[in-house]
Amino acid sequence: MPYNDPHPAETRIISRRFHLANPASIETFLAHEGYQAFLKASKMTPDEVVNEVKKSNLRGRGGAGFPTGMKWGFLARNSPKPKYIVVNADESEPGTCKDRVLIEFDPHRLIEGILIAGIAGDAHRGWVYIRGEYRYLIDIMDKAIDEAYARGWLGKNIQGTGFDFELTTHSGAGAYECGEESALLESLEGKRGQPRIRPPFPAVSGAFQCPTILNNVETFCAVPDIILQGGDWYASLGVPKAGGTRLLCISGHVQKPGVYEVPIGFPMMKAINELAGGLFPGRKLKAVIPGGSSCPVLAAHECDLPMDYDSMAKAGTMLGSGGMVIMDDSTDMVKAALRIIKFYQHESCGWCIPCREGTLWLKKILTRLDDGIGVDSDIDLVGELAENMLGRTFCPLGDAAALPTISIVKKFRSEFEARLAHVQVPKGGNESLVRIHA
Amino acid sequence: MTFSPRLETKLARLLESYPKGRERAALIPMLMYTQDEVGYITKELAQEVAKRCGVTTLQVDEVVGYYTMLRDRKMGRTHLQICTNISCLLVGGEELWKHACSKLGIGHNQVTADGSISLEEVECIGACSWAPAIQTNYDFHHHVTVERLDKIIADLRKVQ
Repeated sequence: MPYNDPHPAETRIISRRFHLANPASIETFLAHEGYQAFLKASKMTPDEVVNEVKKSNLRGRGGAGFPTGMKWGFLARNSPKPKYIVVNADESEPGTCKDRVLIEFDPHRLIEGILIAGIAGDAHRGWVYIRGEYRYLIDIMDKAIDEAYARGWLGKNIQGTGFDFELTTHSGAGAYECGEESALLESLEGKRGQPRIRPPFPAVSGAFQCPTILNNVETFCAVPDIILQGGDWYASLGVPKAGGTRLLCISGHVQKPGVYEVPIGFPMMKAINELAGGLFPGRKLKAVIPGGSSCPVLAAHECDLPMDYDSMAKAGTMLGSGGMVIMDDSTDMVKAALRIIKFYQHESCGWCIPCREGTLWLKKILTRLDDGIGVDSDIDLVGELAENMLGRTFCPLGDAAALPTISIVKKFRSEFEARLAHVQVPKGGNESLVRIHA
Repeated sequence: MTFSPRLETKLARLLESYPKGRERAALIPMLMYTQDEVGYITKELAQEVAKRCGVTTLQVDEVVGYYTMLRDRKMGRTHLQICTNISCLLVGGEELWKHACSKLGIGHNQVTADGSISLEEVECIGACSWAPAIQTNYDFHHHVTVERLDKIIADLRKVQ
């Protein structure tokens, strides 16, 4: 992959091995502090490991931002059932491509994070669920796992610590919904990726109805440095209540799109203008999707803010997955809204009605607005339909579809209205239909 | 039904990686890996995988119907996937999609008459920072232009 050069404004922790020669090999890993955090953790009790992660203020990097230490603390460790570790590498949130570089350039870091989670949860088996489209990453991960077994970093009595761990990859087959943790578990068990009703949460009943620690790739990758350098150190990199660094995947209308590592609380405009090289000459910023397409869109005047959980919430959006999509003044927001909703409609698993029907109707109405054959009431109808989906679905996909739609219609309403004003017969369209609507 | 020795080894290892009695868990990866060798999920393949994973063929169908990458019919020798999701859309993904359709004379999930290429408009493939991106089977191509797409298509037509 054409990976971007490091930028001086970055704080490279989890990406610090990316630019070494043969970064994915176990030799490179071992020569650069690899598996030292595991050895340190192997001398700690599970509670000590969990407490260190709690102290770090690490929050889940998949998008929801739930405190990782707390999640690990919820694990039913005293259950007589086996405990499992599951890695969510089903990266499919539009705008997000960070787990891809983590696995491609430092797969052993992920293995080390998994092993430490295994110690924390008294778990001895894990799976890395990788989306099917990332076949080359499955191959890279399989190779890394083989190397780790061959060198005694996986398997029985790892490096004489008495700790056993078995790890394998598990291929997905193309379903965004499987990025949702309970749907992922269904998929791992060989079923359609439909969400489970919770509670029970995976910490109590996860993979194969056993207590399970399930986190995003990047979350596991943050753990080795937390153990090695301490939770307090990691926490100090970020802001109060959210520690450490995270990867931003910047895409869209910028000169140097790429994946950059920054501390939590990094200024958004600095990310756009410095890391990503700014907009193209003569262009103005119009909107930003801050963390994957399920986040409410920020208009240009709202983008001068630090990227931490609280500031983003105050601005009415989310930090999300780190997938920043930058849109300049050439962007057609009606088209953008339609493309986003088309995605969620395609990926809706169909399990619950507000999402299945809601996304379909939103797509239909946005399509006719985009075609210039919408009626006046359509704009409000889009908002009303989307509002009716909020909080009424089994899993967050319904909200993920509704939130960006509501924000785009609200903040860029004039563009939708302009489409009504310029009623045209779409190519091959039905003229009588236009007359009815007009 | 048997597969190549290499795949058989892989499948045996796969089945061992789940708790005893939970062989169904191998279903989706097994369908993916065997599909790569067979081409698509034929009736025979569905029966074979069902047998190995301890499920009914109906349960296999259920899964094949759900996951986008599992196919119940023959596609082209190379499956050309063009992303038009938001990050790609902003930098020319839609133009690539339209160009591919007109160049190949086929649409979404269709196959060229010579069987060399099938085409799919795909959702985000996780190449956003290197957009616009496409995949030919499992290979990624980043920063694709119309000219590069033409070259890729010309090369794919030569693949036997």
